[in-house]
Amino acid sequence: MKEIFIILLSSILVNNFVMSRFLGICPFLGVSKKVETAVGMGMAVTFVMTLASIITYFVQKILVALGIDFMQTIAFILVIAALVQFVEMVIQKTSPTLYQALGVYLPLITTNCAVLGVAILNIQSNYNLIQTIFNGFGAAVGFTLSIVLFAGIRERLEIADIPELFKGFPIALITASLMAIAFLGFTGLVK
Amino acid sequence: MNFFKIIKNGIINENPIFVQVLGMCPTLAVTTSALNGLGMGLATTVVLMCSNFAISALRKVIPSKVRIPAYVLIIATFVTMVGMLLKAYVPALDKALGIFIPLIVVNCLILARAEGFASKNNPISSIADGIGCGLGFAGALTIMGAVREIFGNGSVFGFSLFGASFKPALIMILPPGGFLVLGLLLALFNKITVKKAS
Repeated sequence: MKEIFIILLSSILVNNFVMSRFLGICPFLGVSKKVETAVGMGMAVTFVMTLASIITYFVQKILVALGIDFMQTIAFILVIAALVQFVEMVIQKTSPTLYQALGVYLPLITTNCAVLGVAILNIQSNYNLIQTIFNGFGAAVGFTLSIVLFAGIRERLEIADIPELFKGFPIALITASLMAIAFLGFTGLVK
Repeated sequence: MNFFKIIKNGIINENPIFVQVLGMCPTLAVTTSALNGLGMGLATTVVLMCSNFAISALRKVIPSKVRIPAYVLIIATFVTMVGMLLKAYVPALDKALGIFIPLIVVNCLILARAEGFASKNNPISSIADGIGCGLGFAGALTIMGAVREIFGNGSVFGFSLFGASFKPALIMILPPGGFLVLGLLLALFNKITVKKAS
């Protein structure tokens, strides 16, 4: 129990995927103009990342059993692409409201490097199934936390008086830099 | 368009980082030194060149409905090959780049060039585009890495620039430095292009 708590704390705050591992920067910068869309993206990512963690855990077991673990990258990306497609179909059939909310962001998740990243990190850290699930979930919650916070700041930036040269990406990146400094403060919280 | 014009276009007019703002994850994550930036850039260039060629050669065979999975599969194959070569011949670089080598698969730059260029042009121009965009990416990563290394470590490519009295700003090679340097470089690039235009 204590161990799981540490994994969650570490993946949400200390090793935050966006702020300290630099995974999932594209959606972080691309879909963070409004808080609502950021929340939608965060939910979709949380769903897919947790599922992908579980499935890739078993895929890796099969690859190792067959002695072809060098196929890891290819197998994982195919599984994730298929999973995203599948999730999209299921949500469309079962909950049209959720589909409306997540619709646009689901296909984008295939190329979100946070999903493939968490799958590979789970394998590298030799996590068991329970640890894998919590690490995937925690990483996704960390992603959601930072993208929602960032969207909140960017909504304010829209009305701020910013020098011409810094409009758009430059000021967004500098804002992210300040946020990353804040997240640095969590270093040392876990061993 | 001739071969060299496409290459130049990729490096300058359509620079992946400064103009298209694609492939941000490796740009921020591995540029803690100039050498790492250059290594990542060159690995990506090789993958981009090969995948552009293969996708362009197969563009009439791949049905358009399943093109994205097909592209991803082709890209993943080359990434695996590059990863194995790096592990065998440059283990130090492989270790420094770590998880970002397999993650070249999901670098949006590569998929963007596949969809935007290789699927519409002949194999020779696609190779040129791969080299151009790849080198543009590598150049930008090397600049990023050099800036962060100078401020954060007082060296470039491992050569010490200042005397022992220089106190490095460690923050530059920590994550916040990555965001900060890229933000300032983009603003600088804006300034240069705005000046040129006016």
